[in-house]
Amino acid sequence: MNKLVKDAKEGIEGIKDGMTLMLGGFGLCGIPENCISALVDIGVKDLTCISNNAGVDDFGIGLMLQRSQVKKMISSYVGENDEFERQMLSRDLEVDLIPQGSLAERCRAGGAGIPAFFTPAGYGTEVANGKEVRYFDGKPHILESALQADYALVKAWKGDRYGNIIFKGTARNFNPVMAMAGKITVVEVEELVEPGGLDPNFIHIPGVFVQRIFQGTGYEKRIEQRTTRSKA
Amino acid sequence: MLDRNQIAQRIAQELQNGWYVNLGIGIPTLVANYIPEGIDVEFQSENGLLGMGPFPFEGEEDADLINAGKQTVTMMRGGSIFDSSMSFAMIRGRHVQLTVLGAMEVSDCGDIANWKIPGKMVKGMGGAMDLVASADNIIVAMSHTNRKGQSKLLRQCSLPLTGVKCVKKVVTNMAVLDITPNGFELLERAPGVSLEEIQAATEGRLIIDGDVPEMKL
Repeated sequence: MNKLVKDAKEGIEGIKDGMTLMLGGFGLCGIPENCISALVDIGVKDLTCISNNAGVDDFGIGLMLQRSQVKKMISSYVGENDEFERQMLSRDLEVDLIPQGSLAERCRAGGAGIPAFFTPAGYGTEVANGKEVRYFDGKPHILESALQADYALVKAWKGDRYGNIIFKGTARNFNPVMAMAGKITVVEVEELVEPGGLDPNFIHIPGVFVQRIFQGTGYEKRIEQRTTRSKA
Repeated sequence: MLDRNQIAQRIAQELQNGWYVNLGIGIPTLVANYIPEGIDVEFQSENGLLGMGPFPFEGEEDADLINAGKQTVTMMRGGSIFDSSMSFAMIRGRHVQLTVLGAMEVSDCGDIANWKIPGKMVKGMGGAMDLVASADNIIVAMSHTNRKGQSKLLRQCSLPLTGVKCVKKVVTNMAVLDITPNGFELLERAPGVSLEEIQAATEGRLIIDGDVPEMKL
């Protein structure tokens, strides 16, 4: 098994205008920095991007928004990015805002062969528009469908050439479920290890879900809100 | 009138030993600063962290350890990390005992609106809809009136809803109120705030039953 590719440029080979991408990360934490840079470099456009957030104006997916590469975003919260909010309110950008838990579960379902499921989240709100409602235990639930992507761009902490990967801290977030749901899953890691270098008991996503993996470089790991407390 | 910290302090009095608690962004995060003596709770952060601790000391910030508001945090001993689907399984599966969040409007039957002002502010709902649809115990922390002086405790929400009939209790800078089948029941007044002031600031149905004590802070 050798899923190693050289770099992000090789990793994103095959991504074309109009495709649907999943991008891991929560805020700027755990985002596939190298692949995003590579997407900016090749200038691919009309993309549908599924990602919990939209980065900030000058980092993360914000870089792609600045260059009008994104036609549609599917996210749960876009509050950190003023350019995003502006493009959305002026209708330059199509946006589907969906509950975070439903987003996570729809990706998981997409990777797990579950075409649809019922959830209580969003019942009674505009999120429920047009969706089937069914009662379980006397409580209303709405039908949500699975999400899949042509490519899932994932950031992990360590991985091997089999595609086995582990994540660090809260940089994990959406990466595991998106790794499952991508038709082609591309993983960038901070540290490439030899097969056997990861304890099989502690692998977060087994390599079966991963098609390409490469050693990433130059991670900025920007902190959105550096909050501290003073020593008493 | 209470300030943000005092609202958080009053809500912290609701914490019970052994609870798992989710705190929304804004005033709710301050609740973590007022955990009562002898009470042990674990804070869940929807982005995949159980055992969220206070902000780190300067120089110890970890870009890979943030909370739902994208702030750097620490992790308490005994804490754990998991992915987003596991996080919402915890939430949707009702394993978290208390959710505290902010709101723009709350109706007297427990509807909540806190994610969208059409045409003006559309940041998104984040995890709020999952939280309010699933938690048994939901406390809203907010100002009693908005910047224009209009009541935020209404007969019916005018803004797009986050959830229906889900809020249990509201703590504002003026009062503590329960949501009952007959509307907002006034439980406590903020120190120095009169019944008349609260009535004037509450547009929804307000039930005042006998003497209403002041909050003890």
